[in-house]
Amino acid sequence: MSWLLPFPLLSAVLLLLWLLLNQSISPGHLVLGSVLSIVASWAMAALRPGKPGIRRPMAALHLMAVVLIDIFRSNIAVGRIIVHPQEPGANAGFMTIPLDMRSRHGLAVLSIIITSTPGTIWVNYDPAKSVLLLHVLDLVDKTVWIRTIKGRYERLLMEIFE
Amino acid sequence: MSTTGELPVWAALLTAFLVLTGAGVTLIGSIGLVRLGSFYARVHAPTLGTTLGMACILMGSALFFSVLEARPVTHEILIAIFVTLTTPVTLLLLVRAALYRDRIAGSTDVPPADAGDGSPPPENG
Repeated sequence: MSWLLPFPLLSAVLLLLWLLLNQSISPGHLVLGSVLSIVASWAMAALRPGKPGIRRPMAALHLMAVVLIDIFRSNIAVGRIIVHPQEPGANAGFMTIPLDMRSRHGLAVLSIIITSTPGTIWVNYDPAKSVLLLHVLDLVDKTVWIRTIKGRYERLLMEIFE
Repeated sequence: MSTTGELPVWAALLTAFLVLTGAGVTLIGSIGLVRLGSFYARVHAPTLGTTLGMACILMGSALFFSVLEARPVTHEILIAIFVTLTTPVTLLLLVRAALYRDRIAGSTDVPPADAGDGSPPPENG
């Protein structure tokens, strides 16, 4: 079976996506969506990305809730900085964080979390030193950001992917 | 697009609130593009529009069409997933390009290449 479906979860999600896009579960769309999702998973296999092992689905849900709350809070924080009367962004700066996570999939998810949260942007990760370079809009206390990223995101991501 | 009835008042009010809130948040993000000083600070501003702004407008849209057509409309969830997955890639590319140029130009405002970057250092002998 694995030659036919190298990434079963990816294929399932793609099929679901196809059906949602077309708002239909007619047999025609089921067949077309299945063919497309299987061909797409072959294309993915040709890239040889390495299989992500998702260990703890509950931890993934927990992480999603934490990230949604943080995105909401940083929206308000960044909005306040922008409408602040004098010189917005005066505290912006770069900072580095040493990471313990090695999983490529975990790092990819972390980069999306950090970049899509207003106020922080993932600039670079050095795999040799496992150091992450960030740009933060409100860089007053570095330890707060280190605690947020290591304690709130990295710990859960390591539970999920490692 | 088929419609089965009038939009009730509660749905109209809630839709208006969500769309206006989303538009307001996106507007603040756009003002940030003008007000913030450096390129790296400016990159943070549009993320307001791609997170909370987008979420509010999409929730308003989903509510409006779900109530109007009397069936759950789910395209908005897909839009949210696609926007969330694609904007970080664009922002990352922009920031890295800017950092690369600043380092080549020998700017002292950005961290040097050995502070965690795999890109080549400026060639100065």
